Amino acid sequence: MHDKEQSVSYLDYKGKHSGIFAWILSTDHKRIGLLYLMASLLFFAVGVTFGFLMRLELIAPGRTIMDAQTYNSLFTLHGIIMIFLFVIPGLPAVFGNFFLPILIGAKDVAFPRLNLLSWWLYVLGALLAVISVFLPGGPADTGWTFYIPYSIRSTTNVMPALIAAFILGFSSILTGLNFIVTIHRMRAPGMTFFKMPLFAWSLYATAWVQILATPIIGITLLLVTIERMFGVGLFDPALGGDPVLYQHLFWIYSHPAVYIMILPAMGVVTEIIPVFSHRTIFGYKFIAFSSCAIALFGSMVWAHHMFTVGMSETAQVIFSLLTFLVAIPSAIKVFNWVATLYKGSISTDAPLLYALGFIFLFSIGGFTGLIQGALSVNMHIHDTSFIVAHFHYVMFGGTGFGIFAAMHYWFPKMFGKMYNMKTAKVGFWTLFVGFNTLYFPMFVMGWLGMPRRYFDYLPEFQIYHFISTIGSWILIVGLIIMFTNFIKALRSKTSYTNINPWSGETLEWTVPNKPPLENFEVIPTITAGPYEYKDNDEILTKEDN
Amino acid sequence: MNEDHLQHTIEHKPTYGIYILVWLVLLMLTGVTVAVAGINFGNITVATALTIAIVKSYLVLTFFMHLKAETATFKLFVGVALLFLLISIALLFSDYSFL
Amino acid sequence: MSVVAEHISEHVHRDDLGSRMGIWLFLFTELVLFGGMFLVYAVYRFTYQQEFHVAAKELNTLIGTLNTLILLTSSLTMVLAIVAIRKDNKFLSIFFQVITIFLAFGFMVNKYFEWMAKIHHGIYPGSETLLAKGNGEILFFGLYYVMTGLHGLHVLIGMVLIGVMTRFTMKGTVNSDKYIHLEAAGLYWHLVDIIWIFLFPLFYLIT
Repeated sequence: MHDKEQSVSYLDYKGKHSGIFAWILSTDHKRIGLLYLMASLLFFAVGVTFGFLMRLELIAPGRTIMDAQTYNSLFTLHGIIMIFLFVIPGLPAVFGNFFLPILIGAKDVAFPRLNLLSWWLYVLGALLAVISVFLPGGPADTGWTFYIPYSIRSTTNVMPALIAAFILGFSSILTGLNFIVTIHRMRAPGMTFFKMPLFAWSLYATAWVQILATPIIGITLLLVTIERMFGVGLFDPALGGDPVLYQHLFWIYSHPAVYIMILPAMGVVTEIIPVFSHRTIFGYKFIAFSSCAIALFGSMVWAHHMFTVGMSETAQVIFSLLTFLVAIPSAIKVFNWVATLYKGSISTDAPLLYALGFIFLFSIGGFTGLIQGALSVNMHIHDTSFIVAHFHYVMFGGTGFGIFAAMHYWFPKMFGKMYNMKTAKVGFWTLFVGFNTLYFPMFVMGWLGMPRRYFDYLPEFQIYHFISTIGSWILIVGLIIMFTNFIKALRSKTSYTNINPWSGETLEWTVPNKPPLENFEVIPTITAGPYEYKDNDEILTKEDN
Repeated sequence: MNEDHLQHTIEHKPTYGIYILVWLVLLMLTGVTVAVAGINFGNITVATALTIAIVKSYLVLTFFMHLKAETATFKLFVGVALLFLLISIALLFSDYSFL
Repeated sequence: MSVVAEHISEHVHRDDLGSRMGIWLFLFTELVLFGGMFLVYAVYRFTYQQEFHVAAKELNTLIGTLNTLILLTSSLTMVLAIVAIRKDNKFLSIFFQVITIFLAFGFMVNKYFEWMAKIHHGIYPGSETLLAKGNGEILFFGLYYVMTGLHGLHVLIGMVLIGVMTRFTMKGTVNSDKYIHLEAAGLYWHLVDIIWIFLFPLFYLIT
């Protein structure tokens, strides 16, 4: 009887609430993770739709399907939704919540109720962002950066969008706070910091950035709000304010924010690579420390977004130099992943394909980032679609593929169902081809001078825009294949009982699929590192001799 | 479990005296900072005021906020937070201090 | 079965150190929140040195100093309230907490009169008197209202928090064994004090 009670899955147990309240009032980290997953996928769908419409508009010069004002609102909303509602919570809040406690052998996060509050703040912020679209005045058209002075002059609904971003920031802070305390205080006996899975390390570094950098954007957006509401002189140049100072403050958060997005994705890839090559991770400590180094250096490079605003030359040189430095820890990770694959017995299942897709696309995104970090080149490509291509390679090709990799990797554990592997692979290749067709032409036309955020363009760019738009269709087909595959699996009656389908060595593969309420019947005691494959040394020495 | 229990209490013997002493020093420092504000030290006027403010915050952090009795982790945390602010100020002024 | 039961009890087992860690991390976000405003202040002060000096003359150093003393003293009574509860002196702890709230209230009353005096002189955001002044002075007063205003908001929140703690202490929820809530309110209150320690010289003492 006792055993039966323990093995009730987190999807089925009965708490004190019932119906939908059993979910939206649940403090179980796994249920909260799923709540985040559903909400963020919903917004992902909206963001993709907006992106699709923008691409469709750009298929030919001049007005195609919408006017310029609508286009401005669309790219603003696409940015706000994708960044604040999908990519930032995508890995830490969804998979971090679901798997961090399990990975370190804990029953839940340190502050479960705070965790729920964080989700509610997310929903509140998201609702406000949605409301801002429908209020009279029209959706904000400032771009997701809310640059001064336009953001205090625009008559569109900038205020709700600002407040939404402020609230979403606090949701993110609370998640980070929870994770730091969880990692410090809730690790299973024997699990030292250096025996933690590297996904936990990446979440730890991310959490620090969330806690320290997010309040800066919070206060900055609040200052803009106050300035709009009461006419207080803070940034408005008409009152002596300095719009460039606003940009500084904005990027002090928003540059580290891209590391909030990319670090957990790197963590996921680090989990997947050793499992699918059946080898111990190469350079555990280097990967762990490079996460911290990325968090540190990532906080020191913000002004490379501002090379053309007239900063001092000293500042430009310093920020350019620091930008090159931040590439080092990222490169360390890539080298370690490749070294782990070396001589491994690789199984090319869908999670690994997505992880490899990540490495490939992230490398392109990273290298083009270095190109932009060089001062002279930056002058040439600033505010062109080259930049758009770069950050989509990093944020979508990187973090997006990281999220998809995590979905394919942990899907059987989360839902106790298995998707069709063949379809998953077809989905990956469609997505991969579509992605490159969509974004690679942007590098080319950006280099040739196509500005970003423009609704119209010269006829000479049409061929690139045309290819790119075709790419967006292929990409969407890929997404549809992937998600229908998941939905099919979820609806299938056969449940999947193999608790360790990929022969992973981390703790989540020791608990039942659809883990029970407190994850572990008995908290495990850890004696070995997370990726210790027994025949690792044999593999390495065998062929050399 | 045993170790955890020890960590419930921050210090073993709570006393009133030390806090009153710290409070007196804080009042004195406030007096000093107001007094020297009238004197024009030129460029170092701001520096003096900030130095006194830093000393006062240090006292509040160490004694009133019990940082002295906390584990090394907490001290490291405070260091990280301050480092972040310091880096931000320094890099921001790499723009504003130069033309 | 007994093994499992033991583990569950361990889970319920409270972790004060973890709670304190959470509170400190939260305080960092508050610190950086104000830190962002101090960055703005620093840049404008650097850009408009003279005008900041002139503008600061409008502020009442006496009220500023008085408020500094009030806040420092309230920090003392707050920490003494914790010492008292740890010595199991419930009455004294409540007494100190009430004094703290009282002092915080005094701070807000002073702040009210200070702001009202400014507004009476026509110095408030968007006013003609203010807009007639130089850009540096407009920014100074913009920052003055926003920073002391947000700080005041934190004082109000602190008052409510300590009020709740007083109630907890009366009910015995906060006691000599379990006083983490009171300690949390205390940590918050001291941070509000630290922020004022910097606001005071930067606004009132630069004449």
